[in-house]
Amino acid sequence: MSAASSSASDKRAPSEALLSIRKVEKQFAKRPVLRGISLEVASGEFLTILGESGSGKTTLLRLIAGFEQLDGGEIWMGGERLDKIPAYRRQVNTVFQSYAIFPHLSVFDNVAYGLRAKLVPRDEIPARVRQALAMVKISEFERSAPSRLSGGQQQRVALARALVNRPRVLLLDEPLSALDANLRRQMQIELKSLQREVGITFIFVTHDQEEAMALSDRIALLRAGRLEQVAEPREIYGCPKTAYAAQFIGQTNLLRAEVREGTATTGPIAWPSSEPPGPATFSLRPESIRLALSAQPAASSGATAQFQGQIKNQTFGGAMDLLEIDCGNSYLIRARVPSPGSLTGRQKFEFNASDAVRVLESSDT
Amino acid sequence: MSGTSQSSRSPFLGAYALFAYLFLYFPIVVLIVYSFNGSGVGGFPPSGWTLDWYRQLFADASLWDTVLNSVIVAALAVAIALGLGLPAALALDRAQFPGKALFRRLVLLPLILPGIITGLSLLMLFVGVGMKLSLVTVILGHGTALISVATTEIFAGLQKMDRAQEEASLDLGANHWKTFWRITFPNLRVSLIAAALLIFTLSLDEIAVTFFLIGRDNTLPLEIWSRLRRGITPEINAISTLILLFSIATILIWYRLRTRTQLAGDVQTATALLPSSLEGET
Amino acid sequence: MYSRAYKSAVTIPPLLWVTFFLTAPYAILFCYSFWSVSPLQTIVHNWNLQNYAQLFRNPLYLTVLLRSIRIAGAVTLLALLLGYPLAYYLSFHAAKRKDLLYQLVIIPLWASYLVRGYAWKTILGSDGVLNGFLQYLHITHRPVEFFLYSPFAVILTLTHIYTPFTFLPIYASLEHVPRNLVEASHDLGASPFSTFLRVILPLSLPGILAGATFAFVLTLGDFLAPLLVGGPSGVMISNIVVSLFGAAYNWPLGAAISFCMLLLVVTLLLATERLEKRFTIS
Repeated sequence: MSAASSSASDKRAPSEALLSIRKVEKQFAKRPVLRGISLEVASGEFLTILGESGSGKTTLLRLIAGFEQLDGGEIWMGGERLDKIPAYRRQVNTVFQSYAIFPHLSVFDNVAYGLRAKLVPRDEIPARVRQALAMVKISEFERSAPSRLSGGQQQRVALARALVNRPRVLLLDEPLSALDANLRRQMQIELKSLQREVGITFIFVTHDQEEAMALSDRIALLRAGRLEQVAEPREIYGCPKTAYAAQFIGQTNLLRAEVREGTATTGPIAWPSSEPPGPATFSLRPESIRLALSAQPAASSGATAQFQGQIKNQTFGGAMDLLEIDCGNSYLIRARVPSPGSLTGRQKFEFNASDAVRVLESSDT
Repeated sequence: MSGTSQSSRSPFLGAYALFAYLFLYFPIVVLIVYSFNGSGVGGFPPSGWTLDWYRQLFADASLWDTVLNSVIVAALAVAIALGLGLPAALALDRAQFPGKALFRRLVLLPLILPGIITGLSLLMLFVGVGMKLSLVTVILGHGTALISVATTEIFAGLQKMDRAQEEASLDLGANHWKTFWRITFPNLRVSLIAAALLIFTLSLDEIAVTFFLIGRDNTLPLEIWSRLRRGITPEINAISTLILLFSIATILIWYRLRTRTQLAGDVQTATALLPSSLEGET
Repeated sequence: MYSRAYKSAVTIPPLLWVTFFLTAPYAILFCYSFWSVSPLQTIVHNWNLQNYAQLFRNPLYLTVLLRSIRIAGAVTLLALLLGYPLAYYLSFHAAKRKDLLYQLVIIPLWASYLVRGYAWKTILGSDGVLNGFLQYLHITHRPVEFFLYSPFAVILTLTHIYTPFTFLPIYASLEHVPRNLVEASHDLGASPFSTFLRVILPLSLPGILAGATFAFVLTLGDFLAPLLVGGPSGVMISNIVVSLFGAAYNWPLGAAISFCMLLLVVTLLLATERLEKRFTIS
């Protein structure tokens, strides 16, 4: 894919948008937290809002849930203005970061809470609660007090409590951040299959880019209150639109190059490029770089670039090693190559010119 | 902790602490001992153990009338203080309004202000609006002064509560009213009971504010006070002992309730008393 | 997340109550202080500063005020001297008994003021326990009169009553001293005493300030202990106010003195609050 197609996909509106966020603005104490956020979410989609802490991702979620009021813009759901409706009348449910399980109610009563609040007929409640508990595999804890559950089990209660209401959108606020690494991976898999099973739109907030890539249909990358890029995980990884996106999602080498007469040059490295002349920044993933096997560039390739460098550091990483290569004048390049055994001295490397992706320095420009 | 390594080598400090406890408890012990003293208050050593003073006390109908008055006052003071302290704590915790800082200071002021000033200014208000002094004015006075205690207690409970619980309730479709009764109130229940106990005890013992607002019917402390002017008798020791035992029991229950709900109950209790304890949370 | 209606519902009732029962009374107190009493014992609403002028002209008031400040100062000092080591011992050395020992301080904190004041009266009286004890040991042969009805008795009684109030904020601030700072200080070679002087004491300063304010303000406004154990030489400023509101019937002058006290208390509170903030390391 090319950079051009990535920017086109940003503007692509999902065919059947369920949730439509339009030019949303939010300030806290006159400090802007969200600035002109526009985003369409399709029915049945798993969308992740990814960003560092302070990027505004939780605020965006709370605006959708109705815990905060908009300072500008609109939120629509299924042809209805959502932001004018109080939180308790929205067909949206939330899984809280702290789980927010009611400590004075049993697991059953926690899950039944929403049904009772909405005056669902009394005789329907037990069956629906049990179905929800079964769905998240905690049926045996139905009568337990929440304080006796582990973090992972509370997590499941929180999920059941939200899903039992059959919301049109489920909001998840870093729900896995309190779990340890193993449980977390397991929950990621379950969450994804659960979402497919129920077919409800999930909006998932996280700061963990690996989690975002593993789970999402699309990722909305948020930076300082603005959307940096909205795209499918593969696309955002392969064709990051900005230097920030490239660095935040996966590791990368940012090459600040000068393009002249079809060649991009930075330090000792040069490769063919079709970008217009002038300064340009490129992202080159470490795994796109490989050890050059022959001294000469492969005959076929106008599209292959070669460079030499001193191995400065080699970090063993199992199947792949991370190399830090000094290309002279402290020009450092990182490469991830299949474990080659111990490397020293000067080595030759190469990469496909098309893997150096042109990125914008910042989304403002 | 670091303290434990030193705890064994501080005999001087330990002795000093012991002295402080002796000072705190010496009068209390003397009071109790002499309530059983056959030869009256004072004199040494006490001689002739007797329960006469307690018998005399239980036969003293006029004293028990004042006990009843005190209980009525205390119960209604609890109702007023909680009824206003609960919304006041909620307002301080979650509403922004002009003059909030002043409001906070005013509510908490009776906590530290000498009772005489609260009592006097309320006296002038009641006289000014033409209210006759009676148990009603005492109840209003106690209630007003003790809103401060209710507010600090309940505010501490609110601070401890996970705000996301209320959000979860709204999120699940319960409106603000239902959310308050089903989530907020049960979460605060222990704080409310603890506050009620403390307020009840404080009202039962209150004398400085009552002094100015009392009408014809005396409360127990005022009755004791007026009897003291006529001279001291072991009967007063006996009723004082009973008051003390009652206070100790309620204080201990209050303390247990607080430590059960608060992670570090002791420190919370302590800081709740500081005038600045409600700072920085707004 | 809370609706406007919710915020109004929790804010308006306590706001109204506080306005009517706290703000209005203080305002009335303020007004009274500018009025005067006619020879016919009615309040005359002619605004003037005579009451305030009288305060500064009449040496009686100044003498009593100075005495009250001296007594309050002495009580504050003694309460700190007792309360600080006690708090320090509990926080750093009490280990497992901490909780029990803390409750033992909390009990006298909330337990009846009147009962404790009365206990001292029975101890210090001329035919009281202390005199009985001294005569029993043949140290004295006649009752020592100065125990009771003296500034000494007032200071002793009020120190007993307000030491727990001083203890509480000091203990809270000591509990907030991060233990790793103490460990770091030891690690850097400071002796326990030097650690106390250079780390613990400065960090507990906010607690000391708050505790001292409690003791000082509450003593200054106390009128019960002087009546109980003070006698003529133990009369304090609040007793003058009481008599002005009682037999002497000069409410305006009493209001002027009360208002000065209120002003003093509020100034002290604001000053401590500011100092507390300056010394609090977050």
